[in-house]
Amino acid sequence: MKHKPPVWIDKWLNCLLAPHLREEILGDLHERYALRIKRLGEGKARQRYWRDALTYIHLSNIKRKSTQYPTTYLYSPTMIRNYFKIAFRNLLKYKGYSFINIFGLATGMAVAMLIGLWVWDELSFNKSHKNYDRIAQVWQFVNFDGTISSYNSVPIPMADELRSKYPDFQATSLSTYTRDVILAVGDKKLTKSGNYVQPDFVDMMSFKMLAGSADGLKDINSILLSESVAKAFFGTENPLNKTIRMGNKTDVKVTGVYEDLPYNSDFRDVLFLAPWELFVANDAYVKRALDEWDENSFQVFAQLKEGASAEAVSAKIKDIRMKRKDPPGYKPAFFLHPMKQWHLYTDFKDGKNAGGIVYFVWLFGAIGVFVLLLACINFMNLSTARSEKRAKEVGIRKSVGSVRGQLIFQFLSESFVITLIAFVVALIFTQLALPYFNEIADKRVSILWANPWFWLLGLGFSLLTGLIAGSYPALYLSSFQPIKVLKGTFKASRFASVPRKVLVVFQFTVSVTLIIGIITVFRQIQHAKDRPSGYERSSLVEINMNTPELYAHYDALRNDLLNTGAVVEFAESGGSITGQYGGTTNISWKGKTPNTQPLFMANQVTHDFGKTVGWKVIEGRDFSRKFSTDSSAMIINEAALKLMGFKNPIGEIVRSGKEYKVIGVIKNMIRQSPFEPVNAAFYTINYNAVNTISFKLSSQLGTSKALDKVAAVFKKYNPEAPFEYSFVDEVYGRKFSDEERIGKLAAFFALLAILISCLGLFGLASFIAEQRTKEIGIRKVLGASVAGLWQMLSKDFALLVLIACFIAAPISYYLLNDWLQHYEYRTNLSWWIFVASGLGAIGIALLTVSYQAIKAALMNPVKSLKSE
Amino acid sequence: MRKTILGELEELVLLVVAACNEDVYGIPVMEELQQQTGRDFTISAVHTTLYRLEEKGFLSSSVGGATAERGGRRKRLFALTAAGGEVLLEIQQTRTRLWQSIPQAKLELMGLSANPF
Repeated sequence: MKHKPPVWIDKWLNCLLAPHLREEILGDLHERYALRIKRLGEGKARQRYWRDALTYIHLSNIKRKSTQYPTTYLYSPTMIRNYFKIAFRNLLKYKGYSFINIFGLATGMAVAMLIGLWVWDELSFNKSHKNYDRIAQVWQFVNFDGTISSYNSVPIPMADELRSKYPDFQATSLSTYTRDVILAVGDKKLTKSGNYVQPDFVDMMSFKMLAGSADGLKDINSILLSESVAKAFFGTENPLNKTIRMGNKTDVKVTGVYEDLPYNSDFRDVLFLAPWELFVANDAYVKRALDEWDENSFQVFAQLKEGASAEAVSAKIKDIRMKRKDPPGYKPAFFLHPMKQWHLYTDFKDGKNAGGIVYFVWLFGAIGVFVLLLACINFMNLSTARSEKRAKEVGIRKSVGSVRGQLIFQFLSESFVITLIAFVVALIFTQLALPYFNEIADKRVSILWANPWFWLLGLGFSLLTGLIAGSYPALYLSSFQPIKVLKGTFKASRFASVPRKVLVVFQFTVSVTLIIGIITVFRQIQHAKDRPSGYERSSLVEINMNTPELYAHYDALRNDLLNTGAVVEFAESGGSITGQYGGTTNISWKGKTPNTQPLFMANQVTHDFGKTVGWKVIEGRDFSRKFSTDSSAMIINEAALKLMGFKNPIGEIVRSGKEYKVIGVIKNMIRQSPFEPVNAAFYTINYNAVNTISFKLSSQLGTSKALDKVAAVFKKYNPEAPFEYSFVDEVYGRKFSDEERIGKLAAFFALLAILISCLGLFGLASFIAEQRTKEIGIRKVLGASVAGLWQMLSKDFALLVLIACFIAAPISYYLLNDWLQHYEYRTNLSWWIFVASGLGAIGIALLTVSYQAIKAALMNPVKSLKSE
Repeated sequence: MRKTILGELEELVLLVVAACNEDVYGIPVMEELQQQTGRDFTISAVHTTLYRLEEKGFLSSSVGGATAERGGRRKRLFALTAAGGEVLLEIQQTRTRLWQSIPQAKLELMGLSANPF
């Protein structure tokens, strides 16, 4: 017949109409269509045809006739047992394929589990504190010449002000920063970290008292110990009312023991709590600062009353300082930083919260999802690719009486078996990887064996994967007509492999993006490491002066150390070289723009500091004992020189408290983040404002021998304290720890992503090679070379990976460019990274495919052609 | 006997099938209906009616007679059953009775022919 009605309408009607009506109704419709063409022409006939078709949407036409035969019983226990028996037999029959499937899927699941646990831990940070929702810390924004910085340090009177004038607070407590103090009981001396706090602190943070009570802190000579510290000192003895000596100075009585805080609490290093009054009594500076509104060196924690919101109260307390007399030029604006945000949202930019670690939670969450997706894609691709092979099985099963439902159940049970085994293997992988993971990620997470959500999520996900991966073979294969597949005329359509190809491209896009990502992260770290630090870090050692004995023997200590021959140079300074504390805006010079308040970092050092740390004087000279006037001399860094704008800095007068004469300019020294520009800083001589000893070890003796000699000297001067020191290059190295941690984790995940992708490719290649065995045999007989066959089999895959590279390049450029903007001092994204990653990916993919391709190409054609 | 009420379309379709010499299927029934009544019917309405009549036992059906324009599909051919004949007769008798009770003058007044037959 020449003119046929629209095929799609027929198809649609075929689905719609009940089977017993299909034939006659469609026949009549076609006949009528033919009549209409004669009468009305084709256009109108078509139009009417679909109008007619629409009128068949009626229940009586759609309702299926119940069959007169009994239906097969699909879900009898025997059948179900049989489904799983066949599933296991299939697993064992194709061992390689089963291994790729299970191993790949398990790896993906394990990565997702690890990342999930990590994210869970990050999100539950600080949640162990009962008043989590209502605790806040007082912060302030300060304005140094237009740049707004944020600090969690506030002045002491703030606490009383909040307590007396603002009814929104239920409790407030002053606190020091967590600091190291030497605790001693008899001869046993341990350096432990802890805070000096007010009594409200314990209840507010819901420290769990195991013995004694929080009220103990009301007594000035008391201390609360964490369980671990109490054990370390007293073992099984009752620690209550025992005496401990703090900092070789004060005797205090143990009035309580509290449970150690979990690792995911910001107070995890608080191993003891001592009374705030004790801190005040022992420190002259703090005594002076008691009523000072501009000494911002302390922490204030507060608990809000029910119903008070941190934002609302922040607005109320914002101008506390500005309303008082003599408001400082840096315009402090106080605000409350709620505990919910302490861990994940710690960055502030221009007076607004700018996220923080939450960025990495998102990043790793995304990586986890992608890796899992890659594993699922493998699973799906292999199942669908292999399914064509099973067409014959479907044909035979159907001929001997299997119904579609049974086949669907059969295929689904196979994929469920695989995903469930993979889930169990993933649990094992996760358990094995956790110790390493915890070390790299600086976490203490464990599998949440007892958490129902964990199981629900894990099992739910496994079932979902099984369902999705199994649905294609289950629904598509089971629809085959037995006669077609058994006759051998069945052939998958040309486009059956398109979704598979798209998925491979997706897998490699993710992999290449990850490769480019890790190369960039490591380049950024290396970039910052290569940045000249401005001082010599090797064999430089620092000691914290935490006992009174170490003070006031500068010359004697220095001479003794030099005389051992183990030490080349010795100096003291206020603060470690690897940190930068104490800025000031109280500074002026000739030519300073009036009414500006730039921030300068103030450093007090001794004469020998420059030589000890090896700073580089680029103009003028270093401090020297030869000039008695050096007590009011100043050395500035390049950044300060730029800010001050001196043409000839030497001899210029700078006022900061008193008048100083600039005698030298040094190269910028990286003391804070190596990713940020160096702040303007100046150095002055002051032998009293020091708290850190630094010395350079001689390279002639070995490090351990030299340290032994140094330790002997310190024992003489400071017999009560343990000899504790730190190497500057190690501390400096820790500045990169965040970035290195991210780099290592990302590298680990990227590696797994590539592994999973390649595993999938390997499986697909083996499948294709197997499918084309005959073709390859014939080609070989006709004279094809191994190289030619290899090229033929590998070309397709290489092309897919190439496409993936071109998709990955812009995506990763966009993401990484965004990431690098976080850093002031950053590496550039040069083109070779993209080319190298692309070539690398293609290389790995080719290597994977080549194994199968060459194996197939080397096969004896006699064998492959003889089979069947 | 169970009282079976036939709708108008049902009655018409049943009459068309009865009027044919041989077994008929959907298309000729519809063509005939259109010719006789001058009204337009959708084919699905005719199909539904035929199936319903079969269900009620007034028609019987068999399959056969595939042609090229049907794409090789067979027709469902309907034939009148005895029950179908009976119900038609019954309807006609009822109508005749009713006609006879109409006063002749009434129709003549309206200018209509008195005898339909």
